[in-house]
Amino acid sequence: MKLHFSRRLPAVSGANMKAVDRIEVCETPLDVAAEYTALQGNSGDGACALFVGSVRDFNAGSDVCGLALEHYPGMTEKSLQQIINDARDRWSLGRVTIVHRVGPMQINDEIVFVGVTSPHRQAAFAACQYIMDRLKTEAPFWKREAVADEFGKPSERWVEARASDAAEMEKWSAG
Amino acid sequence: MVKVLFFARLRQQLGMGEITLEDFSGSLSELRKTLCEQHPDWSPHLQRDDIRMALNQELAETGAQVKAGDEVAFFPPVTGG
Repeated sequence: MKLHFSRRLPAVSGANMKAVDRIEVCETPLDVAAEYTALQGNSGDGACALFVGSVRDFNAGSDVCGLALEHYPGMTEKSLQQIINDARDRWSLGRVTIVHRVGPMQINDEIVFVGVTSPHRQAAFAACQYIMDRLKTEAPFWKREAVADEFGKPSERWVEARASDAAEMEKWSAG
Repeated sequence: MVKVLFFARLRQQLGMGEITLEDFSGSLSELRKTLCEQHPDWSPHLQRDDIRMALNQELAETGAQVKAGDEVAFFPPVTGG
């Protein structure tokens, strides 16, 4: 009897197994718990930093009753991928997730989820902040708010970009 | 043919989200100039200092060269997150 030994496929290294990017632009509500579970489950990393941004009820001196987000399909995903790639060049990261909602939203709805795993908390914290700072200044999303005046009359306005967001981004180039 | 896209406030101001230019080659600033010559009322919106430009879905400077088949986009500063 002849025995045939098949050669084992080379094991995929742990680092490759863990370096998973998830980028999604969606029109449905974010499921923060599910995103966290998918991110941290079996990552093997000891640290996980999350940021969740939500629709607030007050901006630029008026009551906000709703929000709509427009984006540039295609460029949005490319831009988010580039931001993740640059974060991976700076820190040792495991899994990285960016989920961004578009379309109409209500107050308190989650707009964006950024999650990062790493062996160390410093890298996870820093990368999470870096990704948000880049996203705020580069990724092609635009917010339009529905606001009500003092008489409750509704109107719409595009949200203005903030100089403070650009200043936060500048800190990364200076460092 | 070059596809040109406009987003957000700029799209509303110009009254359209997409236009195509036949037989254009030159820089992004020349492309913007061409559009403003064809549509003089676009100039105050399109020529604003804060308008950003993308070439083939990546942020680009005014000197970037545009060729047939490219996709160009103009938009206001981004406000996501």
